[in-house]
Amino acid sequence: MVELETRLLAKNDKRAAHNRGWFEGREILAINLVSSPGAGKTTLLERTIRDLKDEVPIFVIEGDQATANDGERIRAAGAAAVQVNTGTGCHLEADMVAQGLEELKPPAGAMVLIENVGNLVCPALFDLGEHAKVIVLSVTEGEDKPLKYPHMFLAADLMIINKTDLLPYVDFGLDTAIANARAVNPAITAIALSARTGDGMDLWYGWLRSHAESIGQPSMLPAKSPVANSAGHSK
Amino acid sequence: MHELGITRNIVSIVEEAAKGRRVRRVTLDVGRLAGVMPDALAFCFDVVSKGTAIEGALLDIRQIAGRCRCLDCGVEFETPTLYQACACGSRRLERLAGEELKIREMELEEAA
Repeated sequence: MVELETRLLAKNDKRAAHNRGWFEGREILAINLVSSPGAGKTTLLERTIRDLKDEVPIFVIEGDQATANDGERIRAAGAAAVQVNTGTGCHLEADMVAQGLEELKPPAGAMVLIENVGNLVCPALFDLGEHAKVIVLSVTEGEDKPLKYPHMFLAADLMIINKTDLLPYVDFGLDTAIANARAVNPAITAIALSARTGDGMDLWYGWLRSHAESIGQPSMLPAKSPVANSAGHSK
Repeated sequence: MHELGITRNIVSIVEEAAKGRRVRRVTLDVGRLAGVMPDALAFCFDVVSKGTAIEGALLDIRQIAGRCRCLDCGVEFETPTLYQACACGSRRLERLAGEELKIREMELEEAA
């Protein structure tokens, strides 16, 4: 009998720790974006790139499957992008991110946005070495998603509720959704926005700016609005 | 199906530790709140271990119940979910058990 006492994900964790050190050494803010398919991650990224690319160089690691559509949309918005998951994987792993970084070569002080595979189960367990996980939930989904997929909401620092422009047409209780997320993760920050109309995007940019500063990046541009205080929805 | 990726990790860690010796049994600790299905692990284990030193080994999965301690009233309780509040109403909980994902030990074939 040989005692091993090893974490099941030790290999991935080691690679993730390596990525984390790589980011930290270069003062790069790396964000892992997760959601169900269709919550609007790519649209959120497109607008973010258009609005912030003059402030900070943005690089995108695209994890979505099969087509190159997302990568093309990101490049058209003005960021360098690499697609690392062209197969059938249901989540990104740390070594895929390492490969993406090798290709993208983001410079010190850049921002790396990782668009994970649209899936609320598997990506929760795989640390990529990111600074924070951001979960995107859209108002066309059930407000009970945090209770159905608690691991992901527990792992995330920020919940973005997207597609608020559709609120008048759907039965989605913003406060209920936030209460459900906080039942799982009392510390989660929540921002409601519409990546399509741009409403609320300033709160997201404020969150990004404050995190960029927290890792020692010289402040991007002076924040236009106070950090993440959307109508009492933030912590 | 992240169980496939996880199983690849298990097989590769055990194979490395076995250093070429044949493995008879692998014991895992899997918490009930870890988000991993033991049945799916067992299914993937048979597939992934084919052709390795672990092929044919028994996979012994010990499931560990979720437990937490309330940071407000101090009571410890068993929980089936990640979001159950304490009986006192508090959600400030310290998770004590249930999130384990660990390879505990392996049993090697005796050297002939």
